[in-house]
Amino acid sequence: MNAIPAELLHIVIGLVAVAASVGLIGLVMVWVERKVAGHIQRRPGPFEVGPSGVLQPLCDALKLVGKQLFMPLGADPILFWLAPVLAFLPVLLLFLPLPVGDGLQALDINLGLLLILAFSGLAVLSVLLAGWASNNKYGLLGAARGVAQSVAYEIPLLLSVLSVSFVAGSLNLATVVEGQGTWPWNWNIMTQPLAFLIYSVSAFGETNRAPFDLPEAESELTAGFHTEYSGMGFGLFFLAEYANMVVVCAVATALFLGGWHGPVLPGPVWFVLKVSALMLLMVFARWTFPRVRFDQLLNINWKWLLPLAVANLLLTAFFVKLAQFA
Amino acid sequence: MTRYQNIDHLAGDFYTQNFAQTAAEGNLILNLGPQHPSTHGVLRVVVELDGEYIMRAEPILGYLHRMHEKMAEVKTAAQFIPNMGRVDYGHALGWNWAFVGAVEKAAGIEVPERAEYVRVITCELNRIASHLLWWGAYLLDLGAFTPIMYAFDDREKVLDILQDPTGSRLTYSYYRIGGVAKDLSQDCLDSIRAFIPWFRSRLPMYKDLVTDNIILRKRIEDIGVIEKDACRRFGATGPVARGSGINYDVRRNEPYSVYPKLDFEIPTSERKCARGRYDVRMAEMEQCLRIIEQALEMMPEGDILVKGAPKPSWKVPAGEAYFAVEGARGKIGAYVVSDGGKNIYRTKLRAPGFCNLSLFAEVSRGTILADAVAILGSLDLIIPEIDR
Repeated sequence: MNAIPAELLHIVIGLVAVAASVGLIGLVMVWVERKVAGHIQRRPGPFEVGPSGVLQPLCDALKLVGKQLFMPLGADPILFWLAPVLAFLPVLLLFLPLPVGDGLQALDINLGLLLILAFSGLAVLSVLLAGWASNNKYGLLGAARGVAQSVAYEIPLLLSVLSVSFVAGSLNLATVVEGQGTWPWNWNIMTQPLAFLIYSVSAFGETNRAPFDLPEAESELTAGFHTEYSGMGFGLFFLAEYANMVVVCAVATALFLGGWHGPVLPGPVWFVLKVSALMLLMVFARWTFPRVRFDQLLNINWKWLLPLAVANLLLTAFFVKLAQFA
Repeated sequence: MTRYQNIDHLAGDFYTQNFAQTAAEGNLILNLGPQHPSTHGVLRVVVELDGEYIMRAEPILGYLHRMHEKMAEVKTAAQFIPNMGRVDYGHALGWNWAFVGAVEKAAGIEVPERAEYVRVITCELNRIASHLLWWGAYLLDLGAFTPIMYAFDDREKVLDILQDPTGSRLTYSYYRIGGVAKDLSQDCLDSIRAFIPWFRSRLPMYKDLVTDNIILRKRIEDIGVIEKDACRRFGATGPVARGSGINYDVRRNEPYSVYPKLDFEIPTSERKCARGRYDVRMAEMEQCLRIIEQALEMMPEGDILVKGAPKPSWKVPAGEAYFAVEGARGKIGAYVVSDGGKNIYRTKLRAPGFCNLSLFAEVSRGTILADAVAILGSLDLIIPEIDR
C-alpha cells in the first residue's frame, strides 16, 4: 500500500466522487426542473414513473442512450463528435476545487478559482464546434450567438469574481470561504453586493440559461447549436448545462454566501442548501421570463455590466490598499 | 472525401435557388419552415441573412392547400358547411358564419332573432379562444414557456362551453343555413355566465405578469412598424389594421346580425408596432365579454332555425352574394355565385391572414432574425386559412 502515494489516492477518490455526483446531480436536476416547471404551469409534471415521478430522469437517460446516433451528411465527423465530449469533460474538472465543507475539497490548490474560470471557457469551444461541424445553418447561427455571448459575459464574471478574491487575498475558494462568518451579515454579499449582482446576471449568460438562452433559442433557431444532435450527443450537452449550473451556483455560494458556514447544521448541508436555493432561482427564472433579444443581451453586457464591474473592481482595489496602510 | 460529393441536392429547391441567385455575395439563405417551431404549421419563409439581419424575406405558401374553394363546387351548400370549420381552426365559427351568411343573403333567408343572438354569443366565445391561442403561442415564440399553459387553461373552459351546443371542440360546423343546429341549453348558459366574471378576473393578472414585463415590452415595442398606408395597400384587416390605428371593424363598419343593437368598443392602438397589435387583441377579449354579457340579457325566446330550413339537397337560387364577418384575424368574406344548380357554381373565400401575411416581406426587411419571429407571431397567422 505504501507504494501508492496518498496524494494520488486522494485525487482518484475525488475524481470518482465528482463523476458520480455530476451524474446524480444531472438526474436530480432534470426531475426538479420538470417538477418545478410543472407546478409553475399548473400541471403536475412527471408523476408516472416512481413516487412523484422521481425515476422519470432515469427513463429519459435510458431513452437517450438507446437512440440512434445520427450525423448529417456533410458534417465533419471528428469535430461533430468531439463537441459534446468537449462540452462535458471540462465540467468534471470544474468540480474539483469546490469546497463543499471544511477540508472537503477534491483538489486543494491555490489557484482553484483560476482553474474554474479557465476550464469553463472551454465550453465556448464546444458550442462553436457543435454549430460549425454539424453543417446546419441554424447550428451555425446558434454557435455564432453562443460565442459572442459567452466571450462577452465571461469578462464581467471574471471581474466580479476578482473583486471578491482581492478582499480575501486568495484565489483558493476554501480560503475565501474561511474569511467569511456564520451569519448572513458576515458574508461577502454584504461587502460586495454589486459584484454579486453582476455575477448572477453573468452566470445566466455564461450557462446559456433562459432568459439568456439565445444559442439554443428554439423559437428562432429550432435548437441552435445542438439542432443536429440526437441521443447521448444531445444528452451530454444537456448534462453539461446542468453541471455548469451547479458550478456557477457553487462558486457563488463559496464567494458570496459564506460557503459551508451556517448555524446549527453541519457545513456540507449548508453548502448544499445554499447551492440548491440558487439553482431553484435559476429554474424559476427560466419558466417565468421571456427571452431577451440578441442585441439587447450584448447591450446589457457591454453598456452596464462591464463598466459597473470595472468600477467595482477599482473601488475594491482602492479600499483594499487603503486597509493595508491603515 | 467521398462523402462531400453527393450533396448537390441539398442546395435547395426552386425557391431557394431562385433566391440565392439574386442574393448579395456572402449572405446566408435560410429556410424558416415549412417545419419550424415558430411558423405555426407549415408556412415557409425564405430569408436572406447578413449576419443576423434580414435583407429580404419571402413567404412561400401552398404547403397546406386543401382546395376548399374547389370542394365547394362539388358539394351542395349544406354539405359544404363542415369545410368551413376546417379552414381556420382558430376561429371556426367566424368562417361558419361568413359562408352561411352569404348563402342566406343569396337566397333571401331571414334568420330567427334568437339564432342571431346564439351566433353572436358563440362567435365571440370562439374569438376569445382564438385570441388566447394566439397569446399563448406568441409568448412561446418570444421564449416565455409558461403563459401558454394559463392561456390553454382558460381556453379549455371556452371549449367546454362550446362543446355542449356544437358537439365538437375545435372544428365546429354549428351554424346552419337559416339558424344554428342546436339551442344553448340552460347548463350552457349558466357556464357562460360563470365564465364571464372568472375570465374578467384573469385579464388583469395577465397584464401584471406578462404584458408589463420589461423583457416582453422591449421585445415587442417598436418592432414591425406597419404604417396605415401599408395596411391599406395590402388589405390588412382585423387587429393588424387596428393595431396601426385604422378604426375598421366589420361589426361596426358593415354591420350584420344584431351587432348594431349591442354596445361595445372597437379597441385601436396608435403604436403601429407589435405591441399595438398585442394591446388590441388583449383589449378585444375584454370587449368580447361585454358583447356576450349583453347578448345573454337581450336574447329572446323563440326558434333557433327558420321554419322549413334548407335540407342538404336544397339548391341555392340563382344569384350572387357577398357576406363578410369580423373574424379573430380580420375580415372573413365569402362570395357565392349560384346558377340555381345542385351545387354552388363558385365560392370565393377571403382569408384575412393572407393579406396580413403579405405585409411580412415588407415589414421584416432590415430587422434581426429574432424580431422576424416576433413580427410573424404578431400577425396572428393560421396557415390552413391562408392556404385554404
